[in-house]
Amino acid sequence: MRRVAVIDYGMGNLRSVSKALETVSGQSAQVIVSSDPDEILSASHVLFPGVGAIRDCIDELKRRGLKDIVSETARSKPFMGICLGMQAMLSHSEENNGIDALGIIPGQVKAFNKPLSARGDKLKVPHMGWNQVHQTCDHPLWKNIEQDSRFYFVHGYFVSPADPAVVAATTHYGDDFASAIYRDNVFATQFHPEKSQRAGLQLLENFVNWDGQS
Amino acid sequence: MGLAKRIIPCLDVDNGRVVKGVQFVDIRDAGDPIEVAKRYDEQGADEITFLDITATHHERDTMVHVVEAVASQVFIPLTVGGGIRTVEDIRRMLNAGADKVGINSAAVKNPDFVREAAERFGSQCIVVAIDAKRVSAEDEPSRWEIFTHGGRQPTGIDAVEWARKMVANGAGEILLTSMDRDGTKSGFDLELTRTISDAVDVPVIASGGVGQLQDLSDGIIEGHADAVLAASIFHFGEHTVQEAKQQMASQGIEVRL
Repeated sequence: MRRVAVIDYGMGNLRSVSKALETVSGQSAQVIVSSDPDEILSASHVLFPGVGAIRDCIDELKRRGLKDIVSETARSKPFMGICLGMQAMLSHSEENNGIDALGIIPGQVKAFNKPLSARGDKLKVPHMGWNQVHQTCDHPLWKNIEQDSRFYFVHGYFVSPADPAVVAATTHYGDDFASAIYRDNVFATQFHPEKSQRAGLQLLENFVNWDGQS
Repeated sequence: MGLAKRIIPCLDVDNGRVVKGVQFVDIRDAGDPIEVAKRYDEQGADEITFLDITATHHERDTMVHVVEAVASQVFIPLTVGGGIRTVEDIRRMLNAGADKVGINSAAVKNPDFVREAAERFGSQCIVVAIDAKRVSAEDEPSRWEIFTHGGRQPTGIDAVEWARKMVANGAGEILLTSMDRDGTKSGFDLELTRTISDAVDVPVIASGGVGQLQDLSDGIIEGHADAVLAASIFHFGEHTVQEAKQQMASQGIEVRL
């Protein structure tokens, strides 16, 4: 039986993520919320969530001995990062005056620098609410999700991967930014599928059913 | 194409039950927060806000269970306000499944509480609720002050300065209620909404006074709000969230349909 491990490193609310995964898994997969390295390593799927600030995120991963576990599972299993979890996967973030992150996907995490809307007035930061996600590749995780579906975002920083080929979707806020990225067995979203109603649950269902091939 | 303006139904919860008479025609038990939240979710609500009006500390535990139950079944963002006074209060609500907490009087009492909360949990989950009342005479330039205790207690704090200060302290969003309009069904105080919304660079939710669908559109177009919050207009089955969104869309407002 499939086992989905939600990595618990003390950053934010994991209940919504685990409940959403349980809802889409039904009897076909077991969902565990865990900070135990062995439990995470033995899972079939790993979900790496996160809200809050990046410095705390990296510090907590180190303190709990989970930094290498995240990197290792991101090499070996169907692996999904969400929001801060996605940002932590890149090489470096501008947040908290500059923090080295996990470097699983080469690239930078940048601040929305008070971008301008088309009308010329300033856009609000954080980027908060339901925005459209434009799929830029065919991927098993996009199965049964309509092009340009809306998902729920709340973030003040966005990822800028070094290799544009890893971009799985873009979203427009002042400018286009990468709202989903992928590589091999890894998929990550800036938005919160666990808070994005039907489309979000579909994405999580696709993840639970994913064999890690893109 | 871009970010949608949000519609947020607000539910008053007292000791685990929705009060102020939510009366959907086809719901058996309209006092059950889970049933009501599910109904709004089906109608296309972009978020749901619970206002805990429970008076006693003991009964606040009930709210945690309400949030847990709703978050297990409704997969859109949930905000809980009312009685949030400590970092521990916030942690409990977030762990129960809330995405954001609304802080009101605790911020007035101690503005550093907002800073502490934002540092601990991130600005994205800290909503500062501002209850503002117009204090200027008709022939004076408009001015609003912060009131507490349901609009009865003046604080002497200027609303615009307060909003800026709260954002500087780490508020990720402002929930702005006009105490002059709350409960009147005569529409938002659009000048107040626009003034605050233009003064800060975080999203502003307009609240207080919605009586008809057009009020919601006005809050966005004329009030420059990023989201609109309403209670009674949706509770009695007069209008659905879906109808409200269609009306907004017909006026060129981007919504999630």
